[in-house]
Amino acid sequence: MRERLGIQLQETQLADKLQVGEVLALFRSFYRQAHGVDEVLALVELEEKRKARVVTLSGGQKQRLAVACALVSKPDLLFLDEPTTGLDPQSRRQLWDIIRRFRAAGGTVLLTTHYMEEAERLCDRVAIMDHGKVIALGTPRELIASLGAEHVIEFTLADGAASEVVTDAVRGLNGVTAVRPAPAGCAGGAISLTVKELHRTLPALLTLLQQRQVELASLTTHHATLDDVFVALTGRQLRDT
Amino acid sequence: MIREHPLYQLALSRMREFYREPEAVFWVFGFPIVLAFALGLAFRNTGPGKLQIGVARGPGDSALAATLDASPRLVATVLDTSTARLRLRTGRIALLAIPGDPVIYRYDSTRTESGLARLAVDDVVQRARGRKDQVAVRDERAAAPGSRYIDFLIPGLLGMNLLGSGIWGVGFSVVQARQRKLLKRYMATPMRKSHYLLSFILSRLVFLIVEVVALVGFGWLLFGVAVRGSFASLAGITVLGSFSFAGLGLLVASRAKTIEGVSGLMNLVMLPMWILSGTFFSYSRFPDAMIPFVKALPLTALNDALRAVMIDGASVTTVGAPLAVVVAWGAVSFVIALQIFRWR
Repeated sequence: MRERLGIQLQETQLADKLQVGEVLALFRSFYRQAHGVDEVLALVELEEKRKARVVTLSGGQKQRLAVACALVSKPDLLFLDEPTTGLDPQSRRQLWDIIRRFRAAGGTVLLTTHYMEEAERLCDRVAIMDHGKVIALGTPRELIASLGAEHVIEFTLADGAASEVVTDAVRGLNGVTAVRPAPAGCAGGAISLTVKELHRTLPALLTLLQQRQVELASLTTHHATLDDVFVALTGRQLRDT
Repeated sequence: MIREHPLYQLALSRMREFYREPEAVFWVFGFPIVLAFALGLAFRNTGPGKLQIGVARGPGDSALAATLDASPRLVATVLDTSTARLRLRTGRIALLAIPGDPVIYRYDSTRTESGLARLAVDDVVQRARGRKDQVAVRDERAAAPGSRYIDFLIPGLLGMNLLGSGIWGVGFSVVQARQRKLLKRYMATPMRKSHYLLSFILSRLVFLIVEVVALVGFGWLLFGVAVRGSFASLAGITVLGSFSFAGLGLLVASRAKTIEGVSGLMNLVMLPMWILSGTFFSYSRFPDAMIPFVKALPLTALNDALRAVMIDGASVTTVGAPLAVVVAWGAVSFVIALQIFRWR
């Protein structure tokens, strides 16, 4: 089992004083069959850091080394625990490429993440967990479709507007499948609507607001994403826990 | 290929992590040598130093002071009563002589130096009044290698060093790996636990050679401390000692989750032995009731065995009893450590 599993744990800190190549030589010695050090360095694009000590690596490079330690055994299953948490966009994309290449070569990846965008881009199947329980499972497309709507409208009202009244009113608009009211006691909080057809609902919404003489402070729309699925399911913004 | 064996790679990593840490290298190799050098200088056999004698101010003080000062072993100073009391109490003079009839010697009889001063001063005073030796004597100073303090000290430092590097070397690495969740990461690989633990013993063995050669070589070059027994015996004893202390180190580190926690435990284990086990002075100074307890400590046993070989030239077969104590500590510690070791 362990021979076939490659693992990267979020909290592992590799030995600072060792060189990148030495760490990989150590990890590969545990397995009956493994990549050569140079091979696996090429997989994670760390060839030029072979002689660098772990302590001198950047966050993204350390994370790629951790993934290299997981890849060195030529695993069938790669388990990655929040591989891109805390990384800059550049490093995140590099890791995504590594994961995609592993997938393309026929490997299976089990990945945990707080970034819905990451799950949407990388995963075939997504399980959303809340308080240790799986509350939704499916392909990213299925999960988004489960909202019953393709688009999200978010708007905030100008100061003094009675947001409760507006919230109740917009529920009745044609094509609105869900309304998430502004957080209680938070003036200027966003109200968000999931809608099927943006081009029909949006004019109706604006007309409604005009009739009621309510001023808009902001209004944005976007295609529904896994983020919206998560928020709809858990009833709150994504918490970074 | 041996280069690809996990045990080889683990031991190699262990050694690299150690020698790339300059502080650790100093404490293991440099510090004992500095200590040996300093103590060797401080306690070198130059014969007894001059004794400081006070002479109380009063009739006949300068005559008495001159008489005492003439002796090559004494330095006499005339002092006021209050100054003299203070200096006597603080040990800056070994004895206060008060001129008169009788001459009074005031000194602390529990201090070795004062006892010597009493004998030397009285001898000078009596001779000045005409006492003659009844028997002819001749002094022969015996400062031959083997009976000096440094000869006693070097084996003790060697033992202390093996204890320190065993416990520190193993304890810190294990706890650091645990704290950094590296142990947990290793557990997710097919690595064998026995390989992990054995790698400590293997790397200790390599450093042991360096430690012994450095300290024994230093003692020999600078102070002429010889190894009277065979080098094979010395090697055998140090290897056993090193294994034993590595086991003790594993035990100390088997549960601790933080470096702070394990540091406390290490000091708890090592400090008493530094004092009790006859590293710097003979443990025979402790009360008789304590001796069996002291002898049961692994460092005492190792020091005894090392001294028997280095100073007395004994062979390894004659130090079976202390070596059995050393091995027993190591084996028992290792077995318990394996049972209670926290891998996560």
